[in-house]
Amino acid sequence: MAAVAQEGLSGSRRSSRRVKGDTVWRWVVLILAGVFFLLPLWSALRFAGISAFGSVIGFAGFASSLWLSVKLAIITTLITIALMLPTAVYVHLRLPKVRRLLEGITILPIVIPPVVLIVGVLAIAPGFLKSSDLLLALEYVVLAMPFAYRSLDAGLRALDLKTITEASNSLGAGWITTLWRVILPNLRTAMLSAVVLTVALVLGEYTMASLDLYQTFPVWIYVNAQTSGQVSVAASLLALFVTWLFLMLITMIGTRQSRKTGGGQITLFTVARQETRGN
Amino acid sequence: MVQRDRLAVDQTVAALGSLEDPGALGSAAASPSGPRARLTVPAALRWLRRMAGVVPFGAYVTLGLLLPMVAVAVGAFQNNSGGFTLSNVNTATHGIYLHGFWQSIVLSVLASILPGIFGLLIAYAIFTAKRGNLLRQVAITASGVFANFGGVPLAFLFIATLGSGGLATQWLTDLGFNPYNHGFSLYTLAGVVVVYMYFQIPLMVLIILPALEGLRPAWREAAENVGASSFQYWRYVGGPVLFPSFLGCLLLLFGSSLSAYATAEALTNGTIPLTSIQIGSFLNGNVIAGQENVGKALGLGMVVIIAIAMLIYVALQRRAAKWLQ
Repeated sequence: MAAVAQEGLSGSRRSSRRVKGDTVWRWVVLILAGVFFLLPLWSALRFAGISAFGSVIGFAGFASSLWLSVKLAIITTLITIALMLPTAVYVHLRLPKVRRLLEGITILPIVIPPVVLIVGVLAIAPGFLKSSDLLLALEYVVLAMPFAYRSLDAGLRALDLKTITEASNSLGAGWITTLWRVILPNLRTAMLSAVVLTVALVLGEYTMASLDLYQTFPVWIYVNAQTSGQVSVAASLLALFVTWLFLMLITMIGTRQSRKTGGGQITLFTVARQETRGN
Repeated sequence: MVQRDRLAVDQTVAALGSLEDPGALGSAAASPSGPRARLTVPAALRWLRRMAGVVPFGAYVTLGLLLPMVAVAVGAFQNNSGGFTLSNVNTATHGIYLHGFWQSIVLSVLASILPGIFGLLIAYAIFTAKRGNLLRQVAITASGVFANFGGVPLAFLFIATLGSGGLATQWLTDLGFNPYNHGFSLYTLAGVVVVYMYFQIPLMVLIILPALEGLRPAWREAAENVGASSFQYWRYVGGPVLFPSFLGCLLLLFGSSLSAYATAEALTNGTIPLTSIQIGSFLNGNVIAGQENVGKALGLGMVVIIAIAMLIYVALQRRAAKWLQ
């Protein structure tokens, strides 16, 4: 008995020492990480100065390049959703065997470097496409596919799709009505996640735009650096904060939504359903 | 149990590995008569109707992804008049371009292993914080933001920090340690690795966290109850469980730094020969006449490198699976 009691005691002392060691260790790691990630932001802020932020807006090309980026983001998002949503729903409902294949295909754009893809695109694109804004948007849809598909896929997996479609059909709804009024409202969080990731991608994409000779916002920042370094750094910080706001927004809305429905935790990569343990 | 909790990235990488024919969907959609001669006509029709729902997607992927890649692969073996030649591949695997491949590979290995380790540490620190903790929430959101940050703005951030006149450089100089006197420069390979860590570490945190969630606290308690030390726990329980996911994450980091273009270009202005930048300069028109298709051969080379990395991953994964049994 005594031995058991003693062992229990030493065991608990050991684990409490471990907990304390863990806490110190955790703070060291997190503080180091904090310095690494915040110091560049602070330096850039110091370098640009507050006044540079005001002059960004008036700089030549700011408005037109930002407008081009926003326009591309809107077109890309519309095409992405129009293409990926019906496909993802259809595959989930009718072709579950194709899901794995689809997952493999949609991850290809992450694996294939954009700089290689644009070489091929420029080699085969017909002339009328090369001279329009549409070509870039069409390729951005390909780049956005991994994120859009994974968001939608995770959202669909969390739904009992078969039951709700059958219920909807038995009430006399057609394909489009079901998609629009039953599935879509249930996928709100997943859609939001897909949209925000797509928008963030388009607003920040530089490689394809610059090689395709478009002056989108990131390209403008770079070109502009030649004339005014401070304004460029200020614009870079602005770009970061805008992305930050976007992503914060989706996390907040998503978390609130899932708290309401009990759906699960939302992360920026996927909308993962939490395991429900114990019930 | 662990299998189920394992990272989605893993599954997709594995799916990619097992993907015998990436064009299967596209070609199935495009060539209706196909090889299914044994099937009766109504069955084939039914099969076709079922496949009809994925035709738009298949067509889009074929036109926007597969055809361009085929064009790159074919173009790599063509001369300017369209005839077959090996001279592009020959040029791409010699001299400055071979050097570029090596530099790219060294950079990507460094910029995947270092952020992989740091990212794992940070992820573990976040993971051990209590659920619903503010710190945890902030760290995860911040990871999402920084992982999506890159390119030109990132380069400028670091020039203002660690450039020769940057803030951190000045502080270090005041402390008597000017990194530029000790062989460091932001505009070299080492500098690029530091800058890449800015988006690679958060990416690692995001993709390894789900795997960490698979480590049950009960296992740790069980290990302690039988008298295991912390080291023993990691050596025999935690490590083996995490290892396959860790490999998968490293592969993703490798690909992400291999294909990064904007950051390196803005930072070094092409002073380091990296393959992605070399390909870009072909598109920008800085080409010697008669070598227009060398860019495509370089592109093909990058795809081959990634394919090899994936094969290594699959082999290691298999070895790890055997080791776990």
